[in-house]
Amino acid sequence: MDELGDIVQEFLVESHENLDQLDRDLVALEQTPGSRALLSSIFRTIHTIKGTSGFLAFNRLERVTHVGESLLARLRDGAQVMTPEATNALLRMVDIVRTLLASIEANGADGGGDIESVIQHVQSCIENPVVSKATSKEAALPEPQTPAEKAAAAEATPQDTAAAEATPQETPPPGPTREEAGPAGKPVPAQQRPALATQPSPDQAKATEEETQPPATTEQAIMKQQATAGTPEQQPGAAKAGGDSAAEEAAALRASQEHHLEELFGITGGRRSVAESSIRVDVDLLDALMRQVGELVLTRNQLVRAITETADAGMTRTAQRLNLITSELQESVMKTRMQAIEHLWAKLPRVVRDLSAACGKRVRLAMEGRETELDRSLLEAVKDPLTHLVRNAVDHGIEDPDVRVAAGKPAEGVLTLRAYHEGGHVLVEVADNGAGIDPDAVAEAAITRGLITRDQAGHMDRREMLNLLFKPGFSTAKTVTKVSGRGVGMDVVKTNIERIGGAVDVESTVGVGTTWRLTIPLTLAIIQALTVECGNQRYVIPQVAVQELVFLDGQSGRVIENAMGAPVYRLRGNLLPLVRLDQTLGLPEAKTSDRDVYVAVLQAEGRRFGLVVDRVLNTEEVVVKPLTARFKDIGVYAGACILGDGRVALILDVTLLARRSHLAAGGGETAEAEAESAVQASASAVDRLLIAGVGGHRVAIPLDMVTRLEEFAVDKIERSGSREVVQYREQILPVVRLSHLLGSYGDLEQVDPVPVVVYTERGRSVALAVDNILDIVEEELGIRRDFGDDGLLGSAVIQQRVTELLDVRRAISAADPMFDTDESSYGPYDDFEQADGSERQKESAKVVMTK
Amino acid sequence: MSGRQYATFEVEDQLFGLDVAQVQEVLSFHEYTPVPLAPRAVGGLFNLRGQVIAAVDLRVQLGLPSRDLEGPAMNVIVRTDEESVSLLVDKIGEVIELDDDVFEPPPDTLTGPSRDLITGAFKLDGRLMLALDTVRAIDTASPHLIEERA
Repeated sequence: MDELGDIVQEFLVESHENLDQLDRDLVALEQTPGSRALLSSIFRTIHTIKGTSGFLAFNRLERVTHVGESLLARLRDGAQVMTPEATNALLRMVDIVRTLLASIEANGADGGGDIESVIQHVQSCIENPVVSKATSKEAALPEPQTPAEKAAAAEATPQDTAAAEATPQETPPPGPTREEAGPAGKPVPAQQRPALATQPSPDQAKATEEETQPPATTEQAIMKQQATAGTPEQQPGAAKAGGDSAAEEAAALRASQEHHLEELFGITGGRRSVAESSIRVDVDLLDALMRQVGELVLTRNQLVRAITETADAGMTRTAQRLNLITSELQESVMKTRMQAIEHLWAKLPRVVRDLSAACGKRVRLAMEGRETELDRSLLEAVKDPLTHLVRNAVDHGIEDPDVRVAAGKPAEGVLTLRAYHEGGHVLVEVADNGAGIDPDAVAEAAITRGLITRDQAGHMDRREMLNLLFKPGFSTAKTVTKVSGRGVGMDVVKTNIERIGGAVDVESTVGVGTTWRLTIPLTLAIIQALTVECGNQRYVIPQVAVQELVFLDGQSGRVIENAMGAPVYRLRGNLLPLVRLDQTLGLPEAKTSDRDVYVAVLQAEGRRFGLVVDRVLNTEEVVVKPLTARFKDIGVYAGACILGDGRVALILDVTLLARRSHLAAGGGETAEAEAESAVQASASAVDRLLIAGVGGHRVAIPLDMVTRLEEFAVDKIERSGSREVVQYREQILPVVRLSHLLGSYGDLEQVDPVPVVVYTERGRSVALAVDNILDIVEEELGIRRDFGDDGLLGSAVIQQRVTELLDVRRAISAADPMFDTDESSYGPYDDFEQADGSERQKESAKVVMTK
Repeated sequence: MSGRQYATFEVEDQLFGLDVAQVQEVLSFHEYTPVPLAPRAVGGLFNLRGQVIAAVDLRVQLGLPSRDLEGPAMNVIVRTDEESVSLLVDKIGEVIELDDDVFEPPPDTLTGPSRDLITGAFKLDGRLMLALDTVRAIDTASPHLIEERA
């Protein structure tokens, strides 16, 4: 029983594979209806399933495949030509076969599915009433072979004889031939059939050769042979056919011979050799192998290190060899998990065909780079998103044929699937040459659905607008069709692809077409990771989340600031909320000093934040190991991995980290909002303020207008004409003393060094000198009165004290009247925070004139 | 009369035993990666031939102060349906075969956190072997531990 179970299992696996091939072949066949190679391949597949199902007593399955086989035999032998109706019938048959196989897999019996109507459908496609009658007669018999099949088998033998005898004289058919002809008429297990056909190859070739030269004589000779060679049971069929029309029989014979030749040369060279050179291996076994090789690599590393220390030349050589072999082994094992993307694409021609038929469109599917390989587990993960994109492209991308013709395009649209390697990723593109997507229409639809405001849309560029397609609840379909356009889709595609560490984007030109691009890592198990250190332990951050790294050196001082206890860092003028990893992890002895720390700027769910760590070590590829339920509740780790030295490190979950630090709850602004606030800085209501002391007053400056805080020694401030300037980063920076500007000359006592607020815009900078920096507050502006004082916007009560609000624009133009007008007189300003602090104090010989 | 084999080990000089069928292997290891924010009973993670294994400090599970993981520690690797987990113990003992007739339910005087982990006692010559409940022994989320942490 167990043995039989194994056989059924094998049969199922094999059949499923064959059916995929069948789908592909049938659709391809429509393009090239005459292709015998395809027909033969399809025929063989069905025949194999039929043979095995007969053997395993799956009678319903056998009946369906039998009738399909009959039709295919006629098509293959050229008795009738392929029609779309026939394709439909055959595809239906494939579907029902799938259903039956699924049923066998589920409960061991080939129940379910309406096989009768399918049989009817296929039957109706069999044109010739004479033969169809014969077929149905055959169908009633328990024999698994069709007449055509039988004829082919029977004929193959006489041919040999004919060929063999063509050279000598007419002699009675030799013994072995008769023996072969005998079993051929009885139910033969499918596996035996090819062997039968292969055996007489040289003779057969000769026969064909001869046949093409003098057809009439050879055929007649064969006819004669048949009459004698055929066993009594076979004779009626063959003789009847021969008697009906010699010419017809000759044509069928030639067709069947061609078929055999194809089988011999075309197929034997391709398909069978593939079967011989590959074996099925359990994926679990491969996974185990992969793990063991990983361990071997680590052991090798340790061994090589130890041997290097002993400095034994012989041992070192051996170690090097071990090193090499291990690397090669690792690579080979990795390769075993790789599969060509072709496996994934195999189902798509059918999808496109059915869909375009349903939509009344004409679509040709082109595939480029089908041999591109990626990890098996990833293939599985990419399957649904890819299918969705293809459906979407057929349904929405490619226009109706008449619309296309009207637009001066060929009626047939082209859908191109493209796969290629690029920079350690596999890129998969789904491109159509359809109508394209209008970004404005997308933005408009997004506004209608309340996904964005009109104001936000105004700030968006083309690309951002197109990316709205990935927002949940978005669909541009004018009509909801059966296929797609129900408002779910692209967001799911995006989520699924991002889940495996990939990315998806879209490019589109109206009238030309749309390209969806999936960027997929080569393997799921291995990620590019940034290793950081915190509290003497190493942690790993997925590289995809890392935007940049900033080193805060001790010298420039106080670079981490606090906004009401919340640590922030100014990254190029914008405040970056910070998360301290040591605090988040509750590590003891959290670093009190913020000197010499690193900030990894991370992005998660559209939010940007900086993760403060002790050290950044390196980037490396790590193998991800999932964590068990035990650690899921902690919510900071995405998994664990084994580092190069064999130690385990935890992988930080950037999204959960951001949430845990209350960023997601609204503590931090989204990256988009930040960018927006920079644009509207001067216009919008200020609520994040820098409070500075100027001549005994409290003056508030919107933080958006603060690029950097600096201090300059008094003697560094020089005069240039009537203005004060300071050399700063190889530029001359105009300085305006706010105490002068605001007319508070009361306190003339100079502080040294002078604290200044630097504001940079479009590469120009000005410095506003104050007496001291008091605080940074984040506050709703409460009581506010507009006195209209010179240089001030008004006053407000901040921290229970009256604070004047600086009119920054005015102050800036006082420092540099050209600030808002001229852009070209300044060279590009390298505004990079990572620059060494000492550089700021560096004296520069280069003199740049400001005017 | 059915005899069963037990893998034995010691914690604080007390002999414990686990059904040998549940023990994958026993080994000494010394590089544990701590898991911040994890329950206190989690000693850390380590690499067992390419597999990441969580080490559960049996001392903490028994209500004792946690083990110093600076040096090597003995691991009893226990196989469960979901994962392989290590129990950190003081000392590894022998595998012994015991008859059920020397078994008794845990004494009433046994209280505290360890009470939950022990299914009973085997009376050996001169000492007792406490049989551990595997599932509970490796369960780091059990209530008494959360209380302890609070």
